[in-house]
Amino acid sequence: MHELSLTQSVVDALTERLGPVRVRVVRLEVGRLSGVVPDAMRFCFELVTAGTTVEGAALEIVEPEGAARCRTCGAGFSTAEVLPLCPCGSADVEVTGGAGLRILAVEMEVEVEEPCAEPADARTTGPASG
Amino acid sequence: MCGTCGCADDGPGVRLTEIGGAGGGNGQGHGHGHRVDLEVDLLAGNDALAARNRARFDAAGILAVNLMSSPGAGKTTLLERTVRAWEGPCAVLEGDQETTADADRIAAAGARAVQINTGAGCHLDAAMVARGVDALDPGPGAVLFVENVGNLVCPALFALGEHVRVVIMSVTEGADKPLKYPHMFRTADLVLLNKIDLLPYVDFVVAEWEAAVRRARPEAEILRVSATTGAGLEAWLGLLRTLRAPVPS
Repeated sequence: MHELSLTQSVVDALTERLGPVRVRVVRLEVGRLSGVVPDAMRFCFELVTAGTTVEGAALEIVEPEGAARCRTCGAGFSTAEVLPLCPCGSADVEVTGGAGLRILAVEMEVEVEEPCAEPADARTTGPASG
Repeated sequence: MCGTCGCADDGPGVRLTEIGGAGGGNGQGHGHGHRVDLEVDLLAGNDALAARNRARFDAAGILAVNLMSSPGAGKTTLLERTVRAWEGPCAVLEGDQETTADADRIAAAGARAVQINTGAGCHLDAAMVARGVDALDPGPGAVLFVENVGNLVCPALFALGEHVRVVIMSVTEGADKPLKYPHMFRTADLVLLNKIDLLPYVDFVVAEWEAAVRRARPEAEILRVSATTGAGLEAWLGLLRTLRAPVPS
């Protein structure tokens, strides 16, 4: 159940980086070849967020497919295997994707005085502000 | 799938059922507030602490060896033999959920040992090892053996600052384990097959096992040993002597 400590590291990273702001949504990347079970993280999430600024937040997990490149024939292919075999038969294969374990983004509760307020620096690039 | 951000917050989580794509659904009920992109690696905190451990070991000329296996593969028996035979200074960090039984055994074999009890935890991490090393104080030029919690799954992801990752398997476990637990074996520097004295009594095909290890980790060294009889231990000790970190000049 290494997912427990990994989920704890999510909460630690968020509280450290974001301070006292309440978090509403946490979006994680858990690659399909990462060795981590997303359901186990969901199971731990409520437990480790209790009493923190992340309590009650929705947990969204994206699970990128595994990707690999064959060192023998050079082909790139997607794979569900941690030890993939190239369609050419070679086992000399490098995993190039799907091993990531990252916090991608959060959505936070922001106290705003009027609806749809944006940060000042965002206005200059906002569309159709005319 | 959520139409706003593409999240699959209602998607099935069990990998088997995900083959063929994440499920659809109606998970658009959550609100979208002030979004901040982070890109934080979940293992970065542990990796940074492991790098700090490693720098500390290197500065003191310590060779750190991370020993991992399933429970009962013979880590502690191997270490008892090893510390009795090792010519230089050595010390052992013992990781288990409960009891000081293993540290007691190592101490009885003549080496200094500190027991780390992880409670509910299923693996050692770099912070635990840092605290353990504070208590153990291995001294310059020592070999530090870290016996991880018996588990072929979780310890694979957590670097401790070790120089060498050793995975121990025994002949009672089944030759296909390297393929069933690929995360563990694919990062091993050395794979030991223990309990070879039991080979006449079990259905274990060594060649099949070696092929499975090679598949998971082509570059791993492979040794066959018996911690009970001492067979093959000279090769293990010889490898440790070769790996021993030179004391910085």
